[in-house]
Amino acid sequence: MATVATDAKPLLVEVKGLKHFYTGEEHLVLDDVNLELTQGEIVGLLGRSGSGKSTLLRSIAGLIRPSKGIARLVPGPDVADPSVAMVFQTFALFPWLTVLENVELGLEAQKVPAAEARARAIAAIDLIGLDGFENAYPKELSGGMRQRVGLARALVVNPSLLLMDEPFSALDVLTAETLRTDLLDLWSEGRVPIKSILIVTHNIEEAVLMCDRILVFSSNPGRVVAEIKVDLPQPRDRLDPAFRALVDDIYARMTARTEMTAPMRDGVFPGTGIAMVLPRVSTNSIAGLIEEVDGTPFDGKASMSELADSLQLEADELFPMAETLQLLRFAELRGAELVLTPSARRYAQGDVDQRKALFAQALSQHVPLVQHIRRVLDERASHEAPARRFRDELEDYMSEDYADETLRTVTLWGRYAEVFAYDEDDDRFSLEDQH
Amino acid sequence: MSPDRNSARPLPAFSRMLRLTRPSREDAIAFVILAGLGVLFFRAAQGAVAPLSTLRLEPVVLDPWFLPYYALRTTLRMFAALFASTVFTLVVATLAARSRHAGQLIVPALDILQSLPIFGFLTFTVTFFMGLFPGSVLGVECASIFTIFTSQAWNMAFSFYQSLRSIPSDLEEATMIYRLSPIRRFLKLDLPFGTPALVWNAMMSMSGGWFFVVASEAITVGNTSVTLPGIGSFLAQAIIKQDLGAVGEAVGVMALVILAYDQLFFRPIVAWADRFRFEMTASTERPRSWVFDMLRRTRLLPVVLAPLGAIGRMLLAFEPRVTRRRIVGERRTPAMVEWLWQAFVAVAVLVALFLTVRYVMRYLVWHEVLTAVVLGCYTMTRVLVLIVLASMIWVPIGVWIGLRPVWAERLQPVAQFLAAFPANVLFPFVVIAIVRWNLAPDLWLSPLMILGTQWYILFNVIAGASAIPTDLREAADMFHVRGWQWWRQVALPGIFPFYITGALTASGGSWNASVLSELVTWGDHKVVAHGLGSYIEEATIAGDYARVALGIGVMSLFVIGFNRFLWRPLYAYGERRMRLT
Repeated sequence: MATVATDAKPLLVEVKGLKHFYTGEEHLVLDDVNLELTQGEIVGLLGRSGSGKSTLLRSIAGLIRPSKGIARLVPGPDVADPSVAMVFQTFALFPWLTVLENVELGLEAQKVPAAEARARAIAAIDLIGLDGFENAYPKELSGGMRQRVGLARALVVNPSLLLMDEPFSALDVLTAETLRTDLLDLWSEGRVPIKSILIVTHNIEEAVLMCDRILVFSSNPGRVVAEIKVDLPQPRDRLDPAFRALVDDIYARMTARTEMTAPMRDGVFPGTGIAMVLPRVSTNSIAGLIEEVDGTPFDGKASMSELADSLQLEADELFPMAETLQLLRFAELRGAELVLTPSARRYAQGDVDQRKALFAQALSQHVPLVQHIRRVLDERASHEAPARRFRDELEDYMSEDYADETLRTVTLWGRYAEVFAYDEDDDRFSLEDQH
Repeated sequence: MSPDRNSARPLPAFSRMLRLTRPSREDAIAFVILAGLGVLFFRAAQGAVAPLSTLRLEPVVLDPWFLPYYALRTTLRMFAALFASTVFTLVVATLAARSRHAGQLIVPALDILQSLPIFGFLTFTVTFFMGLFPGSVLGVECASIFTIFTSQAWNMAFSFYQSLRSIPSDLEEATMIYRLSPIRRFLKLDLPFGTPALVWNAMMSMSGGWFFVVASEAITVGNTSVTLPGIGSFLAQAIIKQDLGAVGEAVGVMALVILAYDQLFFRPIVAWADRFRFEMTASTERPRSWVFDMLRRTRLLPVVLAPLGAIGRMLLAFEPRVTRRRIVGERRTPAMVEWLWQAFVAVAVLVALFLTVRYVMRYLVWHEVLTAVVLGCYTMTRVLVLIVLASMIWVPIGVWIGLRPVWAERLQPVAQFLAAFPANVLFPFVVIAIVRWNLAPDLWLSPLMILGTQWYILFNVIAGASAIPTDLREAADMFHVRGWQWWRQVALPGIFPFYITGALTASGGSWNASVLSELVTWGDHKVVAHGLGSYIEEATIAGDYARVALGIGVMSLFVIGFNRFLWRPLYAYGERRMRLT
């Protein structure tokens, strides 16, 4: 999908026809991604886990060589030799180096003279608001301060492009908010020499809050499914109706992507039949979500963004849960709204046994892998089968990790619904004994 | 930035030592200690490079006044070997972790070398090194040092390799993003990250090293018989002379030496290495060392650490100039090179196989192989029974200690000390008993195998029991879980992974010790137990290379089989089911 570059500004990053496979497997992580980044913009890559957005970021950073296509930095009139720096989700600080030594790391590697390196590092530490902590070790700092060190370390090498890989997701809400605001202030006041910022996130509000442009990724494989320009003036207000509308719109687009990529009826998850990749969603989460939507104030119908707020979940966590409800026909995703079906309403009112029965029924009707396991167990005289057999079968269709996760999920669901039993020591499925 | 910021940079490293403040008491103590160590070092080194004839001119005498000097020589050998092992580790393990091709060969090689009976090598190394330095004590010294080296290097390298493989990917990416050269990356990331595990492993390996240094000083290989001045040869002399008092003196000095090296050398290093622990929360319990604290209070720490810094700077001088080229991902080897490499490996394997088979066919008969295997079964039975017996004794004691923090804190170092103490120094006492009461050697020699290694079981169990979470113990108390149920459901699962680690180490050590403990002497009395260990030892004394090689080969197979089919599955089971955190 082509993206339109803002005309006047010079190009900084060019990604063309990028594809990436995991080595040794057919599993496609990124499929035909095109992206152009111009100077002066903050662009967000928004998607769920498994959408390959981190892979894209690392391809641009030069950490990964993509299987096909190119990802390059474009030299421009005022940036003869564009460079990148990266801020990591886990900060990636060296615990045995002080704040100052951590910040000097990149400068030392570039053979900047010691005196100059020291001066620049101290300036960067001041800029980011950490003066006084130069000689502290990372373990003495709070999460927010550590990420400030990560930021100072990135800014001090004067990169043309700042890459940020979910930079605030390991921080608590308040700290993340402060850091975001501080970064935006530095950026808008022109106090940092970076030309562009590319930020990977799965937090929809964060993307709308910070970015000039948002690229929405589908998962398995990762593709750009939507590009959204955010024209709201900075600083942005979360409670602004226009802001809320945009957030809802993005929720809807992230839901809608399924119809675009997977035209089949079942297809909330990639793959069909037993080859369907199932996310790890616990039966408690399913029950909790149904109860939440069933109760006040939603009464069976909730917008995804409100639901995310009231349950304090990231979009990344909420989507798999909502889609699991959809798979089991407990709910339907209409745009950005989740609407419970009558069977889900009954489930919400039911006692433990009724709930199990409803769940078992939904599993047997709508999850082909459960049907398959149950059929095999019924056919065998011993009513037992090694789990390995099904895992191998799944691996014909998906990567080893996905096969493992899918089977774990089905095991969890099947045990709860008492459709079959599983013994971990022997790694075997069996029919629940009937006593 | 204000201009005075620039002046805030610290003084160059060396001026810190020359600061003209009044010297403190610690300064004086530390200076004296360092000077003394220097003198001792040169005194011992002098002996090591003397001509070979001095060994005959100045034979080892059973005079306690000479013991400190002998202890010094032995200690110097230990440190020489430790130095060699460290250098070997840093080079080989880094190579294995960084290059896929090198790793393909090095990793399995290390894994196998770890399980080889070290002492069996002595036959070959003595001949080799004496040929390398003809007419000089240095050759024999090297052979002795090499024996200790083989007892440490493989597992140190393996541990460092594993550390390097477990470096978090985000730190690796950071070094790539900020374009650290391979050398700088090694100094800033690989080395610090691997240091705590390396130090711990070196300490554990040193414990084994004492055992072998004592054994390797008085060597008889065929017609060659060499006695290096050291505690080990003092002990050997005492055994020949049947001088029980001298044996006691050797034991006492050994204990002092181990205590000193633990307090003066390893504790400070462990305390220092703690700063490299990869953790983002300040740990509550840091290893402490009075020597390290003292060095830190003086201006001597920079002096002690200066050589390390200098080596680092020297390495950085080789750093290539900054490349502006973007480093892109891992480069793929061209198919041709890859193919050639695999072909090379295949050819090497075939050649080695051919040479081995031809050698075995020429010198050995199948009957001999069968004998070795049967003897291996005897030794295996001994190891198994002893591990079970030692477990039955030490697991309850270890759990009792581990659950009482005060005792655990006091006794953990004691157990470590006992593990470091070379058990072969104590062998004569057992032999005397066997000779005096005419006991059956096949039975009564067996405990010697585990004498030195049982402590691994003890201190791992102590560590495991102290790691059982308090809330679990409280829950057990609350529901009145007692007796056998308590052991079955609380204590044993809690210590299981730790116990396996300890038992694995103990079993490996026992195999190794069997070479020395199945054949022991007291004066003219020779006490032999049937087993693969005595088979190797007898072949060594006879200078029968083919049988030594066969013995080593069969024992390696036994040990590797033991590890693969017993310990590894148990370990995996413990990790899967009983890891509490």
